Amino acid sequence: MEEKSFSDITYEQYLKEEKLMGSRCTECEAAYVPPRSICVQCFSSDMEWVEMKGTGRLAAFTCITIAPPFMIAQGYNRKNPYISGVVELEEGGRVDARIEGLDPNKPEDIKVGMPLKVKYLHTEVGDKEETFLAFEPL
Amino acid sequence: MKKNRKLGRGVAIVGAGMSKFGMFRDKDSKDLFADAFRELIVSVDKGFDPKDVDALYLGNFSNDYFMHQAHWGPIISDLVGIAPKPATRTEGACASSALAFREGVFAIASGFYDMVLVGGVEEMSKRTTEEVAEGLALATVPYEGRAGFTFPGVFGAVATAYFAKYGAHREHLMNITIKSHNNAPLNPKAQFPVTIADLMNKKKESLQKREGAAPDWQTEKDFLADARANPVVAWPMHLFDCCPISDGASCMLLVAEEIARNFTDDPIFVAGLGQGSGRGFHASDDLTYFEATRYAAREAYGMSGLTPDDIQFSEVHDCFSIAELVHVEDLGFFKPGQGYKAIADGATRLDGIKPINTSGGLKCKGHPVGATGISQLYEVWTQLRGLAGARQVPAGDLRIGAAHNLGGTGGTCTFTILERK
Ligand SMILES: [Zn+2]
Repeated sequence: MEEKSFSDITYEQYLKEEKLMGSRCTECEAAYVPPRSICVQCFSSDMEWVEMKGTGRLAAFTCITIAPPFMIAQGYNRKNPYISGVVELEEGGRVDARIEGLDPNKPEDIKVGMPLKVKYLHTEVGDKEETFLAFEPL
Repeated sequence: MKKNRKLGRGVAIVGAGMSKFGMFRDKDSKDLFADAFRELIVSVDKGFDPKDVDALYLGNFSNDYFMHQAHWGPIISDLVGIAPKPATRTEGACASSALAFREGVFAIASGFYDMVLVGGVEEMSKRTTEEVAEGLALATVPYEGRAGFTFPGVFGAVATAYFAKYGAHREHLMNITIKSHNNAPLNPKAQFPVTIADLMNKKKESLQKREGAAPDWQTEKDFLADARANPVVAWPMHLFDCCPISDGASCMLLVAEEIARNFTDDPIFVAGLGQGSGRGFHASDDLTYFEATRYAAREAYGMSGLTPDDIQFSEVHDCFSIAELVHVEDLGFFKPGQGYKAIADGATRLDGIKPINTSGGLKCKGHPVGATGISQLYEVWTQLRGLAGARQVPAGDLRIGAAHNLGGTGGTCTFTILERK
């Protein structure tokens, strides 16, 4: 099997397959999510894919009412906000993701540190099917 | 141990100008830069001949997107009459013109040029709020954009991480907003020259007239806590935590130290310069500080031989209230986790021990992103020369001031220390 390039494009393709994948340096074992093709610890390019368990904790979040156009296209706006967050993965490392299953109108109830599990959002944006990385309460 | 970097020769600022900042339907980028340049010409005490300018460095983030016109270097060099001398555009998101300043300093310090014009310009207000949010989001890192993060969203997330780590809350950010709005009416160039108290009272009056009843706001914080007056943008960032959409321009004239006194008896010197780059929010060591700012500060302090205590006042990049809080810690003015307490005690007010954003900051002065970096240095230059009028730092004998500029979500940060000798 041909090795997939350690790129953002491949990372996004794996998300479509409902896999959260990172890269690991075979020289020094440093791991990266999203993947890096060059290890920034030892500068080896000898990487391998590793699948994340998809569990972690909320490190930071925001509830967005003034949305960018591609989120407005998904139905979000001042009356219908959404949550974006940073999730600290169980294996270490952090990812930016949408946060689902919590009320964006009650930010006081959302706690930094709360445990989360991965969820893949398959969404129509315009005439394109896109997959976005998301997390929801465990 | 790393050697502290030094300039090859000294560089002085001998003139400066900035346009008024605001939303101008009837002014474009050229008109705004012309306003700034006209002020620069008269600011050079002993005069100068623009034909002697060797080169232009111009910061502009995204007039390509905002105005569908790119390649602003030659447009501005032609405007101010220095073409065919070289013009170079620098782009570092909201730190674009701090990079122009830095490149201009290096060009003179290297001995290559003797006199350089540096400036910045941005024209944003002819787009809708959503379009501007998308334009600015071009400067986030790709993973942030995919996750739906906007600029206010990223800083909102920094705030939630800071709150969780140090126990601060929204009220602490309100202190920053109230302070900036207290400084702004003293700055004739500011976009929002009005205090929160005045805004609150005006809004009360108009509601009383229109609806026959006024809200029961007793203090500025009551006003800021009310979602009708201060709606959420990206929790916990509300409208009054966010800088506005602005148009504006700024510029400075730099010369080699040895010829500075041909132009003025009061040149302001570059004492320290630092620039850092960030790794994207998710890859940072910690979400409660900006490592690029810390790197830039270390460089600038190392080069100048100065410490945070030596900085008498500073402009600090407050695109959002939380940014000012985090950065006053990153710059070493206060210890990590202590900044919000010092701010609550009044340390950063105009009459405090460390006045921050005497101009009103990005929040009230305005934030035409490509013009901001040099407009911050313009404020420091104005304060050091004692020309800040009603907002002059009252400490007296000002010798050392600084400006911190941030681009994107911390991708590009600069810290510049200026000195009056
Ligand atoms: Zn390695």
